[in-house]
Amino acid sequence: MTREVQIALTVNGEAVARRVEARQHLIDFLRLELGLTGSHTGCEHGVCGACTVRVDGRIVRGCLVLAASLDGARVDTIEGLSDSQEIRDLQDAFIARNACQCGYCTPGMLLAAAALLESNPRPTRAEIREYLAGNYCRCTGYHAIVDAVEATAAARRPRQD
Amino acid sequence: MKAPPFEYVRANTLAELFQLWRQAGPEARLLAGGQSLIPALAFRLSEPNVLIDISRLADLSGIRVRDGWLRVGALTTHSELGSHALVRQHAPLLAEAVPLIAHPAIRNRGTIGGSLAYADPAAELPACCVALGANIVALSATGERRIAADAFFRGLYVTALEANELIAAVEFPPLKAGERSTILELARRSGDYAMAGIVARARVEASRLADPRIVLFGVGDVPVLAVGAMAALAGKAAEAASIAAAQAALAQELDPPADLNGGADMKRHLAQVLLARAVKRLSASAEARV
Repeated sequence: MTREVQIALTVNGEAVARRVEARQHLIDFLRLELGLTGSHTGCEHGVCGACTVRVDGRIVRGCLVLAASLDGARVDTIEGLSDSQEIRDLQDAFIARNACQCGYCTPGMLLAAAALLESNPRPTRAEIREYLAGNYCRCTGYHAIVDAVEATAAARRPRQD
Repeated sequence: MKAPPFEYVRANTLAELFQLWRQAGPEARLLAGGQSLIPALAFRLSEPNVLIDISRLADLSGIRVRDGWLRVGALTTHSELGSHALVRQHAPLLAEAVPLIAHPAIRNRGTIGGSLAYADPAAELPACCVALGANIVALSATGERRIAADAFFRGLYVTALEANELIAAVEFPPLKAGERSTILELARRSGDYAMAGIVARARVEASRLADPRIVLFGVGDVPVLAVGAMAALAGKAAEAASIAAAQAALAQELDPPADLNGGADMKRHLAQVLLARAVKRLSASAEARV
């Protein structure tokens, strides 16, 4: 038992090994230890969704996961998803619809929206709102975000003609 | 909002867990999904000396059916619970409850064992367990015992678990013929803890409700078994008169504490509204399947 824990994990496809404080949550680890500042620290108690990242392929609240518990895990952040172009269309739609204003919620919003489109390629507007209810945005009023997700879903569908 | 310093250790087997737990003493806390514990640490409502990570204990994982009973391992996440074929078949109420629990990112980490051990009175799964007559399997170094769900929740965040026990699994009895169930809640925002919620279950025979079981959540210190409303509905069809009688009985037996959402009167009103909706849904779902 110790207040510092040695972990080895994969972050955005790269192997990382660090000694971390047991109490450090994943977002502080990403931002302070690895310099990956795309994942944002918001409320730090699991309410706002600004810290949404992927652990082992599934979205989580980064502030509600201890880095110490992630030995062997695979973590993907907005930096990794941007580099891989995986959500390029979704990001373009956010820009086209002005779905990011101050941008603080945007990385978490993109990660959550990407997870929605993966599990439900044809969401209704109500389903988009329901899925994103755990991600706060204080600027847009959400309408433009829902528009962007809806437009991305429509564009991804194979043409019927 | 930074957690206080603590030590961390991961248990890889149950034997190791009980040894570490003995060594760490009574101030240690067990870390499963962490979706309640980590916020409590961030607020410094909890300041354990040691966190023992149990999230990789295979003995606490898995979903299976034996002798008709559905056994759900304590580490089952809400996401797994909501999508598992055996759950949909043997305890469809649980799958119906999952979308009401928090948000997808939290459902990917939070566990059924954690939800029951934390015992938030506004949480969905404790109420489901009481409504379904589940048994909670409590495990200590000396063995396991089963605690009926309606004897498990003792007070606000207080359960029947002893200091040296953890939840290993939850067991749900076989569905009875004609059994229907539903869960409804009212929250200001989707995914928030409910201002009031209800779980209703009954056998529907010739459009009458047999053995109804009604549990309210978010309106007391523990999930509330509404025995008065249950008696008013037993043997009755879902008609205006029987629903009104059950609502009157429910208003008598609830004594909701006021919270940030509103006072006792408002919660009593919401509970009555939910009761009517739930009873109609039970009988409607029966007819839809005839």
